[in-house]
Amino acid sequence: MISRSALRYRKLRDRVVESFLLLAGLVAVFTTIAIVAILLIESSAFFEHVSLVEFFTDTMWTPLFADAHYGILPLVAGTLTTTLVALAVAVPLGTTIAIYLSEFAPTQVRETVKPILELLGAVPTVVYGYFALTMVTPVLQKLIPELPGFNMLSAGLVIGLMIVPYVSSLSEDAMRAVPRYMREGSYAMGATRLQTALRVVVPGAFSGLAAAFILGISRAVGETMVVAIAAGMQPNFTFDPREPAATITAYIVQVSLGDLPHGSIGYQSIFAAGLVLMAITLVFNVIGFSLTRRFREAY
Amino acid sequence: MLRLRAWHEVLDTIMATTLTPSSRPVQETSLQDTNEQSPAAGQATGPRISITVDDTRKVKPPHVKAAVENLNFYYGEHRALKNLTIPIADKQVTALIGPSGCGKSTFLRCFNRMHDLQPNTRYEGSITLYPDKLNLVGPGVDPIEVRMRIGMVFQKPNPFPKSIFENVAYGLRLRGVRSRATLAEEVEKALRGAALWDEVKDRLDDSALALSGGQMQRLCIARALATTPEILLFDEPTSALDPIATAKIEELISTLRDRVTVLIVTHNMQQAARVSDYTAFMYLGEIIEFDEAAKIFTNPSKKATEDYITGRYG
Repeated sequence: MISRSALRYRKLRDRVVESFLLLAGLVAVFTTIAIVAILLIESSAFFEHVSLVEFFTDTMWTPLFADAHYGILPLVAGTLTTTLVALAVAVPLGTTIAIYLSEFAPTQVRETVKPILELLGAVPTVVYGYFALTMVTPVLQKLIPELPGFNMLSAGLVIGLMIVPYVSSLSEDAMRAVPRYMREGSYAMGATRLQTALRVVVPGAFSGLAAAFILGISRAVGETMVVAIAAGMQPNFTFDPREPAATITAYIVQVSLGDLPHGSIGYQSIFAAGLVLMAITLVFNVIGFSLTRRFREAY
Repeated sequence: MLRLRAWHEVLDTIMATTLTPSSRPVQETSLQDTNEQSPAAGQATGPRISITVDDTRKVKPPHVKAAVENLNFYYGEHRALKNLTIPIADKQVTALIGPSGCGKSTFLRCFNRMHDLQPNTRYEGSITLYPDKLNLVGPGVDPIEVRMRIGMVFQKPNPFPKSIFENVAYGLRLRGVRSRATLAEEVEKALRGAALWDEVKDRLDDSALALSGGQMQRLCIARALATTPEILLFDEPTSALDPIATAKIEELISTLRDRVTVLIVTHNMQQAARVSDYTAFMYLGEIIEFDEAAKIFTNPSKKATEDYITGRYG
């Protein structure tokens, strides 16, 4: 027999632990809500000065100049251009590495290469930024002589290299999750390793690959240091990667470093830009989520 | 008494499904040396199957499609198959039976060199494929070439994550067939051959993964049939299916007999008795007994075979 007081103590202890766990879970939820709330409140102050029409149609972003323009398009263009360049590197390279590691590499090679590859993700992004500015740009300038010292091409290429480990690691996991009996079915039809990899394993892993690419996009969109260092910080409405430009993140970091008074319109513009950035990331996540669901195969 | 009744049931089934009524004393299991010409086809074929000495039947025994001789198989140092020697009859169903772990699936997978996908495996001996006498497990023989000629259907239905059409067209595409018309024609032929055409003809572009288990397995049979294999291997093709789907597959295997040589591994004794013309009983990596199915299931000559068939096996 357990005494009633002991029983009551056990009940109480359970309740305390339970509320502690709930609290821990709520921290994440509240943080998200708080961030969104601050973004909304501060940017609503911004939108009292700037109309939504101007914000989304003006092709100049010069909040700190005497002749102030508040068009987000140049920043969005910069963000999308660097992201596209990055994806042009990361998707083919990451997928190729994943196919090699999952379908061709002997176990020993895979077990050695994968951790090294993942180590690339541990390099601070500042280092990547200076790598882009002082190594990649000079090389690119040999190929394209008129390339300026700050340009989106160099920044995008390096962001691409930076997210290769994420894309390849997740893609490889997805491909290795394709069951063995499916590969055997392909081999039994007389397929080679490459045919099996491209025609059966890749389609079979599609949902996982989509998730890997979307994560790569999110990383590229949110990347700050590389573009701030290597792409220049001038807002420039262009989709030409050879041009210098600022991305949303680069603008935010630039303004945050300055000494803008709290409550000024320049200060509030950070939050409007941040809100747009969050919206872009959200859109990609939703696309990724729906792709993953649509192509998930029930094995 | 119980045992006797079981035998009678099996006997009835055999009489209903097989065309070769016989129950003869067995003297030896061997291949005939003469390489006869098949009058119908007019091309070189293997020797005729010769198991029974007292061959007074009207119907000549079938030719040999593949001759397994002294086949040994090793996983590293472990010898999984020991000196297997049996003929595989052309355009007949040969069943491999035996308890779990006896090596019947390992044996089956030698025919299309699936073991080559794993490191540290080794074949010894020969599986001679007629008419061109290619040694399927020969060291210089490319496994891809072997798999182009030998089809396989697996235990778990494993359609690819593609449309129904593309699943069946897969082997043809691998062999370089591009013409849309040829593909459509061959896919229809294969699906009809696998008794699936009527069920899927209106939704060929739907995902194959939306089919039921039995349909998936027939799709896998269609996929294998599309490339007109010389031998079709079945590795316990119904063990993941319900009884109705199982019956359909068994019926299908019986009709395939006219077109292709079938080699089937099964756990299910009744199934072996229903579908096979020849049966090999394996135990611990050896072939204990090989004979016509009717003989194996009614009057086996080895005690071990009888024990296994009657369910007395430990």
